[in-house]
Amino acid sequence: MKIIVGIKRVVDYSVRVQVKKDGSGVETSGVKMSINPFDEIALEEALRIREKGTQAEVIAVSIGPGDAQQQLRTALAMGADRAILVETADAIQPLMAARIFHELVKRENADLVILGKQAIDDDSNQTGQMLAALWDRPQATFASRVELKEQTLTVTREVDAGLETIAVDLPAVVTTDLRLNTPRFVKMPDIMKAKSKPLATIKLDELGIAAAPTLQAVRFAPPQQRAGGHKVADVPALVAALKDKGVL
Amino acid sequence: MGKILVIAEHDGKKLNSATARAVSCAHAIGGDIDIAVFAGDAAAIADAAAKLQHVKRVLKIERAENAHQLAAVLAPQIVKLASGYSHVLIPSTTFGKDVLPRVAALLGVQQVSDVMNVVDATTFVRPMYAGNAIVTVKAPAEPCILATVRTASWQEAGTGGSAEITSASTDAAIPSHTRFVELNAQQSDRPDLQSAPRVVSGGRGVGSKENFEIIYKFADKLGAAVGASRAAVDAGFVPNDLQVGQTGKIIAPDLYVAVGISGAIQHLTGIKDARTIVAINKDPDAPIFQVADIGLVGDLFKILPELEQELDKLK
Repeated sequence: MKIIVGIKRVVDYSVRVQVKKDGSGVETSGVKMSINPFDEIALEEALRIREKGTQAEVIAVSIGPGDAQQQLRTALAMGADRAILVETADAIQPLMAARIFHELVKRENADLVILGKQAIDDDSNQTGQMLAALWDRPQATFASRVELKEQTLTVTREVDAGLETIAVDLPAVVTTDLRLNTPRFVKMPDIMKAKSKPLATIKLDELGIAAAPTLQAVRFAPPQQRAGGHKVADVPALVAALKDKGVL
Repeated sequence: MGKILVIAEHDGKKLNSATARAVSCAHAIGGDIDIAVFAGDAAAIADAAAKLQHVKRVLKIERAENAHQLAAVLAPQIVKLASGYSHVLIPSTTFGKDVLPRVAALLGVQQVSDVMNVVDATTFVRPMYAGNAIVTVKAPAEPCILATVRTASWQEAGTGGSAEITSASTDAAIPSHTRFVELNAQQSDRPDLQSAPRVVSGGRGVGSKENFEIIYKFADKLGAAVGASRAAVDAGFVPNDLQVGQTGKIIAPDLYVAVGISGAIQHLTGIKDARTIVAINKDPDAPIFQVADIGLVGDLFKILPELEQELDKLK
């Protein structure tokens, strides 16, 4: 089987993002960039499916600037068999991303697509669901457990009420939640090996995909800061402060 | 004037209060508001929806396949129902996040996620980067606008309304490739985390699943719901549905007590709309103290029992 995994290049989760003074966006120059954490989990899950004995080719796909090759090389070092970069300088919104993935899914004849449930930059949480819709295939979002048996995936999903289990027929789209697995660390020899693995670059224009409608960003602003309060010395002072605020 | 469809969230029996928050967002956009209830048996849910203020009509779409809220089953029906509406809104819960993008892709619409505020009928405010940037976006009005509503940003619409309830059906084809197996819901007599006015959360500092009893006990004393940081969930102290933060539940209680939680930005984004935040942590430099209205540095295992005693004195 063929498994496609999405790898988005995002501002590292540990960076405290700053909004530019002119409100035109957020400061990304000189900022550490990494694989979206949910996408690392997606790749790890694909690798585990392969390691459990299923014949599988794992293809890491990124959409973004040429620099996203760095994240794809990391994905190859983790264990992906090959990588594809759909190169574009534009910020790609979820519907367009889903159309791009759909095109690649058709070209590659993929059986399974595993994506992060959201990217920690725009926090949209849309692309996997949209791809499943365009592909007219099942979606199993927010997965915390995936079990493959022949052509059926049994997926446990983290939902507000608890854990929901659904069964979906392949081909299908899975999006990952945090507790699906813990991604492996990349070892030095694997980084060397990854340099010789295939990484294809396709210009977005060459895919011949109609441009999707987009949201137009009017302005960016920093969040309203909470004023922060004060520390109290002991429990009676805490209770007094709560009474003062009228919350007890 | 818009014509707005709100998709009801429910558990098969009761309307989820997140729906009433989405109605408030719809009211801010302005226009006629309809609520769609997809269910096996929608009667009780529709009755509750019809009582919400500002609602004009409640549409019941009842069929056996709608007993479980599967995105692949609901999306083609919502697509059919959406025609004629200027906006389709859904709460930004795991239910809404699962369903609406599937609808959006079928309609060729770029969805707006997590609406915090409405500027006008096509312009919305939403968070990015775990709430570190707030962006105002303008969405194309045609063919329609689809948005998930960040529930913590909106009050529940009041009750006392009396909307008309009608049955509706769509001729949408329902796929069989996705099947519900089971829901393992946490049974609890405690208030619901998403809507509770008081929440007590524990973090890594609580130390173990057994130790978390002290959080439950204190929450019960306060009549509060229980939440947790990602670290506490990852460590297996509590189940996933208690997680508060960027990738868990976003909440806005009157009182939030963070116990043994350091306050990573991913956690803070889930609580920043709380009216009063109390932090109890042994590390005086923990970032949680920068946002807490009231902080107390010390050992939670000493402080919580003492606090319970003080609360008893108030009674």
